[in-house]
Amino acid sequence: MVARNLVAWQRKPQSGGTMDKICVLIVDDSSVMRKIIERSLRQAGIDLEKVVEASNGAEALVALQNNAVDLILCDINMPVMDGLAFVRQVATVESAKGIPIVMITTEGSESHVVEALTAGARGYIRKPFTPDQVKEHVLPVLGKKP
Amino acid sequence: MSTDTSFATRSHEENWLPVLELAVEEVFEIMVGCRVKPLAPSEHTPNEEFTAMIGLAGALCGVLTVSCDAKTARQVAKSMLGDTAKSEGEVGDALGEICNMIAGNFKNKLAGTDERCMLSVPSVISGGQYSLHSLAEGHSVETVLVFEDSPITVRLQLQS
Repeated sequence: MVARNLVAWQRKPQSGGTMDKICVLIVDDSSVMRKIIERSLRQAGIDLEKVVEASNGAEALVALQNNAVDLILCDINMPVMDGLAFVRQVATVESAKGIPIVMITTEGSESHVVEALTAGARGYIRKPFTPDQVKEHVLPVLGKKP
Repeated sequence: MSTDTSFATRSHEENWLPVLELAVEEVFEIMVGCRVKPLAPSEHTPNEEFTAMIGLAGALCGVLTVSCDAKTARQVAKSMLGDTAKSEGEVGDALGEICNMIAGNFKNKLAGTDERCMLSVPSVISGGQYSLHSLAEGHSVETVLVFEDSPITVRLQLQS
């Protein structure tokens, strides 16, 4: 399994417990949606040092091996490996499981939300979404006030 | 108590057109930054050069399509991205995501449907010389909305 071999690590917070600039991993099979999510993060006032993109869960696991990621935004319905399977994989890797994951998906049912949060996601945003909703759900998982 | 059969019955008995139109309007307003309004059927002659489609399976079984001409598809992509979409692939990707969000938003609005209806990943056809035959052909709901003076057709075909 790819996840067993992960050597990913989570960036340690800077002194004072805050991180001004972050590296974000955006996982979505739509390149257009990845751009919109990045733009929404910037509009939410989140200072992005680096943006890493993946088009499915399997690509995202590889990306985690090569990048120090502070935050993951992840779709659910994707080919190859869907978002819920990806979250479960991340949760099995000691060095990666502290990275906050926020799902961002069209799947809005309560069962999907519960399944994602149980698997280890820290937040859930339904598409379509506004930049304010991104701010409201992402800032708290970064330890900041929306 | 709802069953899979009762959803097929509901699609006939309930008027889902306003629900579909609301789902479309919300997606365009939030993600494209533009209001769209339904057109009367006689007001349009749609040129379907781009068609995005997404499958629905489970309690609600069928296919949802979003069709428009190439110029409109490019304009939708441009409005979503805030700049000129660079390739036909990116234009198709944008229309596919619109279709995906309309389908998700629509099923979220139908009580009891969301939990038991799954969506496929979207597919996009470019070029107008094709016929679409869905195995789910049965009851259908269709609306045409105007986006920056151009018609966009949204069609939901459900299994009987």
